Amino acid sequence: MSTQEIRDIFLNGLWKQNTGVVQLLGLCPLLAISSSVVNALSLGLATTLVMALSGSAVAAIRDFIPNEVRIPVYVLLIAVLVTIVQLLINAYAYPLYLVLGVFLPLITTNCIVLARAEAFASKNGALSSALDGIAMGLGLTGVLVTLGGIREIFGHGTLLSGLDLVFGEAAKSWVITVVPNYHGFLLAILPPGAFITLGMLIALKNWLNLRADQKAKVNVTISSSSQAA
Amino acid sequence: MRRTLAKASLHTALNLLFFTVIGTAFLALTYNLTLDRIAQSEEYEKLKLIKQIVPATAYDNDIIRDTVLLAADALLGNDHETVLYRGRMKSRPSIAVLQATAPDGYSGKINLIISIRHDGRIGGVRVISHKETPGLGDYIEIAKNSWITVFNDASLEQPGDGGWKVKKDGGQFDYMAGATVTPRAMVKAVHKALQYYAQHRDELFAQPPP
Repeated sequence: MSTQEIRDIFLNGLWKQNTGVVQLLGLCPLLAISSSVVNALSLGLATTLVMALSGSAVAAIRDFIPNEVRIPVYVLLIAVLVTIVQLLINAYAYPLYLVLGVFLPLITTNCIVLARAEAFASKNGALSSALDGIAMGLGLTGVLVTLGGIREIFGHGTLLSGLDLVFGEAAKSWVITVVPNYHGFLLAILPPGAFITLGMLIALKNWLNLRADQKAKVNVTISSSSQAA
Repeated sequence: MRRTLAKASLHTALNLLFFTVIGTAFLALTYNLTLDRIAQSEEYEKLKLIKQIVPATAYDNDIIRDTVLLAADALLGNDHETVLYRGRMKSRPSIAVLQATAPDGYSGKINLIISIRHDGRIGGVRVISHKETPGLGDYIEIAKNSWITVFNDASLEQPGDGGWKVKKDGGQFDYMAGATVTPRAMVKAVHKALQYYAQHRDELFAQPPP
């Protein structure tokens, strides 16, 4: 695999085909858990892990799966992997399990996992599929954390609250109070806040894309006109 | 033609079965490998919660194992069996930890764990799970607010029947502006749990542990 391919995979996952703001897949956990940075980051990383595993697993066995039943097999695989990850987190990172709780099994229903299995892993090698899973997962994590950060600041006036649940009591002092004596802004914490914030993020992404396109166009005209001269 | 179709279907079905078996095997393996550790951490977490509402000086037995199964009861607000933990001091009953449910929270059930001393005073109350509005009704969590300590040391006699209401309804218990349904449900549930305990205390401590 060339470095160019690797770069393309990551560029797609993190920016061009970002699951959160471009593909708009997997919004269910995205909106449910992104009420704080810590929650968002934990679920994002768990999803990334599952996507890397499911990507490589699907790619490894893609030649043995009959075409007609490939979707059930993918779903089966993803469900098995999610359950294994859930059991492992439950056993070895119990505090994290308490935070993620009901959202872990929901990774199975996150259609982005299945979408990448079908769109990428079924046509590519195990290594690049694993990388694709990681890239897509990190792209999703990025959006989740941004959403979580914005909602937490507007909703609670803090950042990184709940960190002690993941790293133990010592982490309590790491919580950043952005606005002291903040009374809270309920809308940001509730689901509508997630929709509104996500809409703004999508708008921002589109605006950045448009601007980049325009710049590119201007550059082309300049260079072609200078050639004419 | 029919033959080949049947053959292809069989092949596909076997293939699917094969993957199911492999998947199940992996699941069973992981389950067995993690079983003990999960049970351990769950017990540890439970003990941590119990320790928050039961002072270490109140018991000297193995409170986690000294349990009784309680049948569902209207006073406990639940519809399934729950576990009661019994604390003893020098073999004499000293404190009980029981689970109760407030069925009428703002958005569904609020599950509580309550410790009651032998004399009927509350040691402490904690919320195990709830679906109250974040930022409004979730001050019942000890992680968010210390409100829930209003129950400490309360009993059936103190504040008495008329007092077991939130202040807005003429009772003794503080609440926070904006969310009265939540504390109202909690006060009612804790009050009922105390009544349950008063009715059943002696028979509960008399039962042999499992």
